[in-house]
Amino acid sequence: MLKQIEGSKAVAEAVALCRPEVICAYPISPQTHIVEGLGELVKDGTLAPCEFINVESEFAAMSVAIGASAAGARSYTATASQGLLFMAEAVYNASGLGLPIVMTVANRAIGAPINIWNDHSDSMSQRDCGWIQLFAAHNQEALDLHIQAFKLAEELSMPVMVCMDGFILTHAFERVDMPTQAQVDGFLPAYEPRQVLDVAEPVSIGAMVGPEAFMEVRYLAHAKQLTALERIPQIAAEFQQHFGRNTGGLLRGYHLDDAETVVVALGSVLGTLRETVDELRREGQRFGVLGISSFRPFPLAAVRSALQGAKRVVVLEKSFSVGLGGVVSTDVRLALSGLQLQGSTVVAGLGGRAITQASLRRMLLEAQAGKLPALSFLDLDWRIVNRQLEREAQMRRSGPIAENLLRDVGTVASKVS
Amino acid sequence: MLQIRIHGRGGQGVVSAAEMLSLAAFEQGRHAQAFPSFGSERTGAPVVAFCRIADQDIRLREPILAPDVLIVQDPTLLHQVDVFQGLKPDGYVLINSRHDFHALGLAEIEQRYQRERLVTVPATEIALKHLGRPLPNAVLLGGFAALSGLITLDAVSHAIRAKFGGRVAEGNVAAATEAYAFVKNEMEELARAEAD
Repeated sequence: MLKQIEGSKAVAEAVALCRPEVICAYPISPQTHIVEGLGELVKDGTLAPCEFINVESEFAAMSVAIGASAAGARSYTATASQGLLFMAEAVYNASGLGLPIVMTVANRAIGAPINIWNDHSDSMSQRDCGWIQLFAAHNQEALDLHIQAFKLAEELSMPVMVCMDGFILTHAFERVDMPTQAQVDGFLPAYEPRQVLDVAEPVSIGAMVGPEAFMEVRYLAHAKQLTALERIPQIAAEFQQHFGRNTGGLLRGYHLDDAETVVVALGSVLGTLRETVDELRREGQRFGVLGISSFRPFPLAAVRSALQGAKRVVVLEKSFSVGLGGVVSTDVRLALSGLQLQGSTVVAGLGGRAITQASLRRMLLEAQAGKLPALSFLDLDWRIVNRQLEREAQMRRSGPIAENLLRDVGTVASKVS
Repeated sequence: MLQIRIHGRGGQGVVSAAEMLSLAAFEQGRHAQAFPSFGSERTGAPVVAFCRIADQDIRLREPILAPDVLIVQDPTLLHQVDVFQGLKPDGYVLINSRHDFHALGLAEIEQRYQRERLVTVPATEIALKHLGRPLPNAVLLGGFAALSGLITLDAVSHAIRAKFGGRVAEGNVAAATEAYAFVKNEMEELARAEAD
């Protein structure tokens, strides 16, 4: 059924259609509307049976999800930013134990400086935690990915993170096609745990493993992720058969066939990129876009084959490894080993900086002209950067950086964007 | 694609206005995308929300930098925020005020844009009359329907009823209807004045 609703609300309804039995919730922007929405559905009896547990922290949220999942319940939680960092230890435990928890990460920057706006630093910080990480390009995909995520997680007995851009998607009202309960029931079978804490057949979960088998347990997690590389596109295809929509999968190419320059990106910026590329194509410029939907497992072979026809590859990312450059770029470069391609990393949109079509257009034309450096920062305000560098060169007690920059920027309330 | 930017203050329902506008467009079978400016909104602080309406899927995610329509819920913002930033030459402007553009110190705006696309409506007074509270957001949507004809009053009423229930919904529908009539009348007067 077509609905005009907020992204968070759409995800809440889709998660409810998956019949989770335990939801652990701790509020943090921009994720809060999702668990609020689910709380309402549990309270009014729409989602039953389901235990909605208000916990005292994100660490508790993931810990409760681990316990619930180990007891055989379909378990869900959501978080963002510092919340994900706070639960990090339990995040690793969930995957190490092979528990199929599904968690939404409403992507948001990490402080300090404190910033509630969108970028991908939070989920990227957990890149190596052993969870599958899927990225939604729009709200329909966010909704659909949650339904696919439960299926994938439970089949493999491995947790899945569904990443959606905070505010840009979570707080956007747009049209989505909400499936019916019968459709979701027909797609997502009941949870059949591989391991369960059952008093009738007691087992322990979470043994200490020494050097004799630790590497093997880790390798088996990797083997599962390699299986996921096969299952993710198959599940997307099954989803399309059931629901008639082509969402999810490993990658999504756009005008790749004859593209000279291809931009690689994740998440909601893909929409603006496709608009920009369409405009440039109308002017005869051969650009293409490659969206990565599955960041973990990273589809090395698929990325390589999608990009090998291009002359230039630009990775546009909302994440940044201080002291190196791109996070996604490192993986893309690995996929392209041995190929003669010009590559650039463009860090964009950190802390909610708007990524505009005009800036993307300028950047893409620079790339096409071979003028884009190996690493650049879209719309970086060099004026305030240089003023701070000068200050630091001139005096020892130059003061806190964030406060200095805010003074240099001046009042932002008078600006529209 | 039609791009609408709504300026107001925290607590005035700026984000809800954009949401209702998107609901009204959806009701008319169109694609719509509404989103807030994502600030840490506080009561009284300047807030911006956006709405795009189109006949196909909306992929663009940037803030609205060049709006076709500007709705200003609080006239005290006019000299604090550059609300007219990027407004298209043939753009529509709807301001919540008892005063006309001239009295608001916007004579220059009146010169620069198409006169028949600029209107003020006393939305706060209309809201107080029907709701007992100074909430101009839904009222202005009624005014916008009259000013532009780009959405119908019916669709606006439908959106109001989808967002609110009971007396709040009916009060807002009545207020939006009055604002619709007010703006229609203003425009007819303007047309007559220009014909003379």
